[in-house]
Amino acid sequence: MNTTYVAVLELAAGAVLVSAVMTLWRRNVRSIISMLSLQGIALATAAIVLGWHEHDVALFVTGGLVLVVKGLVVPGVLRRVARLDPRSRESRPLVNVPASLVIAALLIVLSYVVTSRITSLAPSDATRLVPIGVATVLVGYFMLVTRRRAVSKIVGLILVDNGIALVTFLLTSGVPLIVELGSSLDVLLVVVVLQFLMVSMVHHSDTEQLTEMKALHD
Amino acid sequence: MTSPLYSVIVTLVQVVLAATGGPLLIGLMAKVKARAEGRVGAPIVQPLRDLRKLMRKERLHARHSSVMLPLAPMVIFAATTVAVGISPLVSTRPLLGSSADIFVIVYLLLTGSVAAALGGLDAGTAFGGMGSSRAMTIGALAEPALLVAVIALSIQSSSSNLTTIVSATLAHPDWVFGPSRLLALGALGIVVIAETGRIPVDNPATHLELTMVHEAMILEYAGPELALYHLGEAMRVSLLFSLVATLFFPWGVATGHSVLALVVGVGALVVKTALVALAVALIEVRSAKLRLFRLPELLAGGFVLSVLAVVTGLVTR
Repeated sequence: MNTTYVAVLELAAGAVLVSAVMTLWRRNVRSIISMLSLQGIALATAAIVLGWHEHDVALFVTGGLVLVVKGLVVPGVLRRVARLDPRSRESRPLVNVPASLVIAALLIVLSYVVTSRITSLAPSDATRLVPIGVATVLVGYFMLVTRRRAVSKIVGLILVDNGIALVTFLLTSGVPLIVELGSSLDVLLVVVVLQFLMVSMVHHSDTEQLTEMKALHD
Repeated sequence: MTSPLYSVIVTLVQVVLAATGGPLLIGLMAKVKARAEGRVGAPIVQPLRDLRKLMRKERLHARHSSVMLPLAPMVIFAATTVAVGISPLVSTRPLLGSSADIFVIVYLLLTGSVAAALGGLDAGTAFGGMGSSRAMTIGALAEPALLVAVIALSIQSSSSNLTTIVSATLAHPDWVFGPSRLLALGALGIVVIAETGRIPVDNPATHLELTMVHEAMILEYAGPELALYHLGEAMRVSLLFSLVATLFFPWGVATGHSVLALVVGVGALVVKTALVALAVALIEVRSAKLRLFRLPELLAGGFVLSVLAVVTGLVTR
């Protein structure tokens, strides 16, 4: 029983990090969004498994919430956004894909080196996986900085949020349910607001490449 | 049966199996691809028939070629044979199994690659040099991913010896589905496709000048030397596939000294390797060849997967 719990938790945490790296790897916006959906499902699995193991109903419910919001609703909204600009399916990042993958590898090693000293304070099956969450946050920030397209930037933001959520699940078995509820709805709201913003961006300037915007209009 | 004699038999079985099974594996993949594309395809034994036909032809060398031209196929064949002989594919007790360090295997395979590149350059034709240059570029990109993936595999068993890794995995079956193993499997899958020159990286069936990699290197070969070249390449493909199969799914590998276990080991190896070949053939059918300039992306992805495998291996240890 215990080994199955550890195995599933490790697989879920691994899937969170792999899907983060895959978002850097793939060029097609649609498959980037699918990876984000996969990550939400993996994150929810981690929360549900942790809740099951620690008999924590609140964490269990949080897992269900994460599954719905980050696995289904947010990717669904993003897919609708991506459909707005059918011409440029491929994103042209500031740092090219091979280089950003190598940088991602460095970030992952960095997070392992830094975080393993913190986790060695209270070693357990869950806290050992914290470097994976921190690495996801770093990869998310990297994506936020180097991608030009607005959709990719939203994806980077959600990666950061997912990484932070994974760390909280692993370290403290989740924040109180009301806080998690608030932050999940917050992310959803941010995505919806950004969707409106982008619709008007495409409407005004015919592009959603942020670098193309040089001046402010009324 | 005494131990040294048993080891000799294991090594002989493995070499014979690779030498006959390698061409059959190539034939199997061609057949699967043909069927998936709605064609009937050549029979599975076709590569063996081709080898027999080539063996009967006379030896021909290009006018300005040096000794490297006939030497390259021999080096490829010899290095691959040694690597096949010492790897724990059928049983964990092959001859020199204690020296079957994974770095030794990797560098035996690389010796073959270097010989192939020199052989391609030797006749001085434009295509040969272009093929060699491309093959070396791909090899240089694939090698870091391969080595880091290997390190990921050796973390759990605290040894880079293949025999130790296989025995330890047999003793701890729960390792197989750990995230570190799965990530390393992904990375090795990409590397194996690159090293064996299958479709997203290189098209083994092409003769279009702009896309050739491996085929460009063997343009100047004919007759028995081409046959030896093909045989060495087929053995190399079968070694890489069966290494993936054995490292990640070691069930069936004989650990004792009995003849029955050896027979089971041969059967398991054939089935596992055929399944890997089937998977590669289906990937080939489903994907288009990547542009040469997009290859670094694919192989950098393999590298990151292997780094992920190492980190998760360290985290979850």
